[in-house]
Amino acid sequence: MDLGLTEEQEMLRNTARDFLEKECPKSLVKEMEEDEKGYSPELWRKMAELGWMGLVFPEKYGGSGGSFLDLIILLEEMGRACLPGPFFSTVVLCGLHILTGGSEQQRQELLPKIVSGDLVLAFAFTEPSARYEASAIAARAVADGDDFVINGTKLFVNDAHIADYILCLARTKDSGPAEEGITLFLVDAKSPGIECTVLETIADDKQCEVVFSDVRVPKSKVVGKVDQGWSIVEKAFPQAIVAKCAELVGGAQAALEMSVNYAKERVQFDRPIGSFQAIQHHCANMLVDVDGSRFITYEAAWKISERLPVTMEVSMAKAWVSEACRRVTFLGHHIHGGIGFCRDSDVDLYYRRAKAGGYAFGDTTFHHRIVARELLQSV
Amino acid sequence: MNFAFSKEEEAFRQEVRDWLNAEIPPMWSEIRPGMWVETDESWAMAREFERRMGEKGWWAANYPPEYGGINATFMQQLIIHEERAALVAPSTWNEMIGQWVGATLMLYGTEEQKRKYLPMIGKAEVVLCLGYSEPGAGSDLAGVQTRAVEDGDDFVINGQKIFTTLAHNADYCWLVARTDPNVPKHQGISLFLVEMKTPGITVRPLINIVRSHHFNEVFFDDVRVPRADLVGEKNRGWAYLTTALNFERSGIALPTGMNRTITELARYAKTTLGDGGTLADDPIVQQKLAEMATENEVLRLLCYRVAWLQSKGLVPSWEASVSFLFGNEVLRHIARTGMEILGPYGQLKRGSKWAPLGGLFENLYLGSLVGGIGGGSNEIQRNLIAHLGLGLPRG
Repeated sequence: MDLGLTEEQEMLRNTARDFLEKECPKSLVKEMEEDEKGYSPELWRKMAELGWMGLVFPEKYGGSGGSFLDLIILLEEMGRACLPGPFFSTVVLCGLHILTGGSEQQRQELLPKIVSGDLVLAFAFTEPSARYEASAIAARAVADGDDFVINGTKLFVNDAHIADYILCLARTKDSGPAEEGITLFLVDAKSPGIECTVLETIADDKQCEVVFSDVRVPKSKVVGKVDQGWSIVEKAFPQAIVAKCAELVGGAQAALEMSVNYAKERVQFDRPIGSFQAIQHHCANMLVDVDGSRFITYEAAWKISERLPVTMEVSMAKAWVSEACRRVTFLGHHIHGGIGFCRDSDVDLYYRRAKAGGYAFGDTTFHHRIVARELLQSV
Repeated sequence: MNFAFSKEEEAFRQEVRDWLNAEIPPMWSEIRPGMWVETDESWAMAREFERRMGEKGWWAANYPPEYGGINATFMQQLIIHEERAALVAPSTWNEMIGQWVGATLMLYGTEEQKRKYLPMIGKAEVVLCLGYSEPGAGSDLAGVQTRAVEDGDDFVINGQKIFTTLAHNADYCWLVARTDPNVPKHQGISLFLVEMKTPGITVRPLINIVRSHHFNEVFFDDVRVPRADLVGEKNRGWAYLTTALNFERSGIALPTGMNRTITELARYAKTTLGDGGTLADDPIVQQKLAEMATENEVLRLLCYRVAWLQSKGLVPSWEASVSFLFGNEVLRHIARTGMEILGPYGQLKRGSKWAPLGGLFENLYLGSLVGGIGGGSNEIQRNLIAHLGLGLPRG
């Protein structure tokens, strides 16, 4: 057993941390919250030059052939820095789905452009029912000549407003099990009939409503096979869930460090507030939550890397990390007192992102249901 | 034992309810701001309403009529606050501040100060701010460094306050300042009423995390305050402050307001589809609604206890900390639980497409962070309960 990082992974972490500390200060993060696009193209270019977009893609597509665990480490640092922008949508969601289920031609066409930073993609999954099961896919795609015609509404789609392409899950068959009638489409974001509205969210993270009205998609743009889109989701989506956990852990770690530093410096009643037992206990609780979250994330990530069965661990990770990071970022606020309630402070950046991350890809109740199902099936 | 109000009290409640139903501006429910949010429009409307309540004598109802009140009993005060919260009447922080200031003036102010200030406060004619917290004095309020130095007929004030709610709109500042730096810190504090227009006062906005201008930094540079505006005796300020805390309100507005919030959430659950039925059909949602409703009822009773003790002529101290602490916890719990029930929609802000309940919970999730920090942190409240309520030794 070895629960540590390799030398290369340590280097990746340190490089990423230093780079983001310099290139993604909190002033940029706050600026991007108000910005229409929501990210800095200059920073995006620099990230591409560092090879970050290509980290998990095979070398034949221009990537560096890294492991899923490598990506997790990078995402932890991105969470720590509150990195704004479409890296997650483009690389983790869409890139991995294309890698997993796209035809070789589609991989050749798209992955190198993702690696070079020349493409931004968004993943349109959830609908107004706000559920992540196959049965929740109600958007329809009807065959018509050489195309499919898509109608439906997708919600909470990160970065759709700036995307070149939208990967869209739509139902192509009604009969049979829900899992067997879904198709994954690569939709040109400029197609007529697409209406995109940026929703105003607690984390200012550019989640969009995307309405498809008679949107024509060529049959050649089906990713994988018709009616078999869900099988791609089953393989690739868990990676996105665990990647989101890693982002949350990075944010929680930052909140913990900020709070401990503050508790050491802030003096009241002639002593640092960190010398009071109540504050010490808060900080200790934060540490327990952060460390536990990290390891459950790493375990799920390692099992994914090793191609081991991982359904239970993914949902355990998401459920646990969502709640733990909520607790940690909340305590961060509590320890910082009044100053944390000011816009000038950075504490709320983590609190708000923890909330958004908690909702992403299924909330705690949803994932607990999966854990319970897996547990009960096994006993 | 009797949990009901008397016939007279219920008749008074009906009178208050009728008046509020007639006087609450219809537009208020549309424009009312969220927690820790204020707009020019909401401020103007709330101030107008405050003044009308002042004219009615119900703004500072406990004051005698010559100061703008109706000599209201503690129960009557409770009823006024309950009805205002239940009907969502406009309110601002001015009221809470006015209560503290007025209570202290009544006990310790000179006759001149009472004659000058109490009618203005009682009729809601003026806006007040509290000059308490400083960058170096939060929980440790006695650590204030803002100095007040005697100079002839005046005191000269230098220093800085922070998190000063409403300073940008205030007519007067209720200021805690150090008049003697050479004694133990609690023994060198005085209270002043400072006119905000006095030369040397600078108000700098602090934008909060709900992106609103609600509180400020206030800088005092050689601000001259007449001796007549020193409240009570020099260096006795700490004793006055702690006594004023005994005029703690029941805090009934919180559970009453939260009752409305839970009701709105329950209605939403009944009318919104979830997984195979409405949200309200989901046993998990039912558990969450039940927990919130139960906690809130417990809170309501803890607030009633404070008012009941006062009505018997007793002075609640740790009992007020109990209801305040519990109220903070309930507020945060409701904010969290509401967000859970709403699912991903909970994160949508007021004004966003698809935002449920007008973005109520997104705002509450952020605003509720203050409950447990401001007005005495949860840690301080727990200490007070342990020391004063349970006689546990100080560490």
